[in-house]
Amino acid sequence: MSTELLRVDLAQQVLELVRVATGGTAQAEVTVQWQALALTRFANSYIHQNVADTTTRVRLRLHVDGRTAAGSTTLTDPASLRGLVDRTVAAARLCPPDRSWPGLAPQAGPVTAGTVDEAIVAATPDDRAALVRAFVAAAGGLVTAGNCRTRHTTVTFANSAGQLIEGAGTDASLDGIARTPTSDGVARRAAGQLSDLDGGLLGARAAAKARAGADPVELPPGRYEVVLEPTAVHDVLRCLAVHGFNGKAVGDRRSFAAIGEAQLDPSVTLVDDPVSPGAIGIPFDVEGTPKRRIEMVSAGVTAAVAHDRRTAAQAGTSSTGHASPGEGSGPVPANLRLLPSDPAGPSGVDAPPSEVDGPAADSSVAAMVAGVGRGVLVTDHWYTRVLDPRTLVMTGLTRNGVWLIEDGRIVRPVRNLRFTQSYPRALEPGAVLGIGTHAVPLPATYEDSSFVAPALRLASWNFTGGASG
Amino acid sequence: MTHFDAATAAVQAALDAGARYADARVMHRRYESMSARNGEIEGLDQDESAGIGVRALVGSGWGFFAVPDLGDAAARAAGRRATAIAAASATVAGPAADLVPVPVESASWSSECLVDPLSVALSDKGDLLVSATGEAHGEGADVAEGLYQIWDTHKWFVSSEGHRIDQHLRECGGGISATVVGDGETQRRSYPSYRGQYGTRGWELVDELDLGAHAARIAHEARELLSAPLCPPGNTTLILGSEQMALQIHESVGHAIELDRILGWEAAYAGTSWLDLAQLGRLRYGSELMNIVIDPSVPGGLGSFGYDDEGSPAAARYAVQNGQWVGVLAGRDSAATAGLDYAGSVRSDGWARLPMVRMTNVGLEPGPHTLEEIIASTDDGVYMDNNRSWSIDDKRLNFQFGCEIGWEVKGGKLGRMLRNPTYTGIGPLFWRSMDMLSSEIVPWGTPNCGKGQPGQIGHTGHPAAPARFTDVRVGVRA
Repeated sequence: MSTELLRVDLAQQVLELVRVATGGTAQAEVTVQWQALALTRFANSYIHQNVADTTTRVRLRLHVDGRTAAGSTTLTDPASLRGLVDRTVAAARLCPPDRSWPGLAPQAGPVTAGTVDEAIVAATPDDRAALVRAFVAAAGGLVTAGNCRTRHTTVTFANSAGQLIEGAGTDASLDGIARTPTSDGVARRAAGQLSDLDGGLLGARAAAKARAGADPVELPPGRYEVVLEPTAVHDVLRCLAVHGFNGKAVGDRRSFAAIGEAQLDPSVTLVDDPVSPGAIGIPFDVEGTPKRRIEMVSAGVTAAVAHDRRTAAQAGTSSTGHASPGEGSGPVPANLRLLPSDPAGPSGVDAPPSEVDGPAADSSVAAMVAGVGRGVLVTDHWYTRVLDPRTLVMTGLTRNGVWLIEDGRIVRPVRNLRFTQSYPRALEPGAVLGIGTHAVPLPATYEDSSFVAPALRLASWNFTGGASG
Repeated sequence: MTHFDAATAAVQAALDAGARYADARVMHRRYESMSARNGEIEGLDQDESAGIGVRALVGSGWGFFAVPDLGDAAARAAGRRATAIAAASATVAGPAADLVPVPVESASWSSECLVDPLSVALSDKGDLLVSATGEAHGEGADVAEGLYQIWDTHKWFVSSEGHRIDQHLRECGGGISATVVGDGETQRRSYPSYRGQYGTRGWELVDELDLGAHAARIAHEARELLSAPLCPPGNTTLILGSEQMALQIHESVGHAIELDRILGWEAAYAGTSWLDLAQLGRLRYGSELMNIVIDPSVPGGLGSFGYDDEGSPAAARYAVQNGQWVGVLAGRDSAATAGLDYAGSVRSDGWARLPMVRMTNVGLEPGPHTLEEIIASTDDGVYMDNNRSWSIDDKRLNFQFGCEIGWEVKGGKLGRMLRNPTYTGIGPLFWRSMDMLSSEIVPWGTPNCGKGQPGQIGHTGHPAAPARFTDVRVGVRA
């Protein structure tokens, strides 16, 4: 029996066990996720951690007698599946009534199957080591560190309303730094195909940035015009997604997002796109709702936020396919893209530039720098945290390379700076002075997500401290 | 076939495939969490997870492989896969890897637990959260939330050196929070902290918290914060409550003394450390009042265990003694690389993840004062407590932390409530300015410490007490 049939069989076994246990009175949904994850880490220019695991997880959520509970297990033998069902049914019956249960997702039409790269499926530890070796060699003797990841995921969803869908996805990434005694430079890339990762190109780029950032000087805190490279814009997108375009946060009035209002600069269009060719992820959510392309911000106007079935019902709309296990953090657009100023194609995704000289990530960034009278070029953000979710005031630090810009030229590297800045304010109408032309897929730091970002030139960014305080 | 048999089979298969050292952990965990919101249950999740993770060393290269299958064939295959991965590591090789010796033991250990948290009726646990969040909502919170979490973990560890150790850990905790929405901003108060208090204890920990008794207070304080004056910017004397001190220890000491960071092994992600091994035993980290102990043997601490995930027995050790940096959190390979002779701080968050250097219980020894005495002896300053935001640089040096609530301190007394209190500083300069420390230690537990790739969520303990710091920059805002 193929692994796909096994997963369908597992899902249907669990639904049948629920039917028997509840006399057919329960609404139930089952997700069977199988994932092969491998990650090769390197530091001090050698591989020091190298891991892989293959995991199947069965997740059940059911609603019976007006009450809801969820459970999951990594054990798929018949006794363990029965245990999962028995525990979850018992838990539901002991829970208080769930008055906002939104019901099950209806049967959907054809669903995109997802994108699978056979090279990622077949990737070996030696394949990952080869990419690492190329990165290390291209750094030209600088100390390097980072990781190479491959991941193959398949998901089967079934519910007692007759929905049965399957999807699969692969992704790979290479993310590394090169180091001098006084600076780090970074280069990273996520890809749906293993062949899109070029260890030599990324290693050389990281090394070029590290060398250009050596011996930085302290810059006084204050408001500066900035050029944020794609690696830093990735953090901006992530924070907007998690705290802003999150239907639960909006319902709680803990988000800045207000549909129909011109909240961002007219040059800004944000699209959540989990289904275009090359997109990373599974094309439906854990409630079985198919995902689709959604414009969250259209030319600066907030147009939509992410919903699962519960938040959608509360908001009087329909799910956008953004349910996640646990529900606690709310629905988050996990494939957010800031459209570049000159999109390469309908997906707005570009091949990474191949130029590697100097501190700027690419010629698009260099062109933006040329227009800055006095400002700061920021490579990356680090450890950003919310001070107030409603205004989305964040504090965090720069990382992996910062430079002072004067009269359109990069004049010297500066030490890392702390910032305290409202992200929506930084993008408000009139504040965006330019958007880059290269939108690069970048690996997620935390969540199971994929953000695609070009560089951004912003009129003002509030740096509130230097490295020394 | 027992779980020890599966682990032994995996280790033997790794050795047969060419590994010069191997170990295996079979783990079985049950997890339960319930959340409530405004007097209604929001979610109930129960998870069961079991599998085996195998670590193999070939030359100087490590490999790790894990599967959720406890059968003999799967265990042996996992051992072989771990060795093959280690062989690939050795193609981009570093310096020779060694392991500092640890006692080879056959042992069994269980954490203390008076009330098994999984045996407490779900209805009772639900009633607790429903009641507390309902009261907070009724008392003015726009969003009142409550949460508890329970982990019940069995581990069986076998190494090629002869270790054979099983452990049973029961951990739990919970808390409540009240959020109010004003014109353009939100305010939040929590009890006892945002995600709650946690320990390697039974449900008695949650009972002792008495969540319901604090529901109305946090709702009222959150509402009051909306109209409180902003924490004024400037440099002043800062008094921190014990919960914020736990965060301060975690971020600016605990992570900084992780040996893998110091050695550069986390350089690309979690970061490095400002600490230089050449200064171990000589560097002044903080004032004479600063005594930080690494102690996984603390009864009930969230970072407590009998043995770490390399088989090292729990042992107490100073990290900072009388203000001087004297110890690190280490594993067997990192200690050998650094030329140290102790390990004992390596853990994984589950069978599917590689054990790595993690905090255990890292906390302060008691000081000579009380919070009351600290406030009474402060003419002009700010008192803050309960963490709201935390950010620190990749060397664990430059931090900016925000608290839920602050108060003016004038003439030795608490004055006006202050909203959006933040403070910032440089770790060693900040700790050197600590001039008063309370004896009122609370063993705070942090259940959400992220580290590693793939990401792992660690459980750490931080005994902490209120303390006073001088000339601290406060009131940083956008």
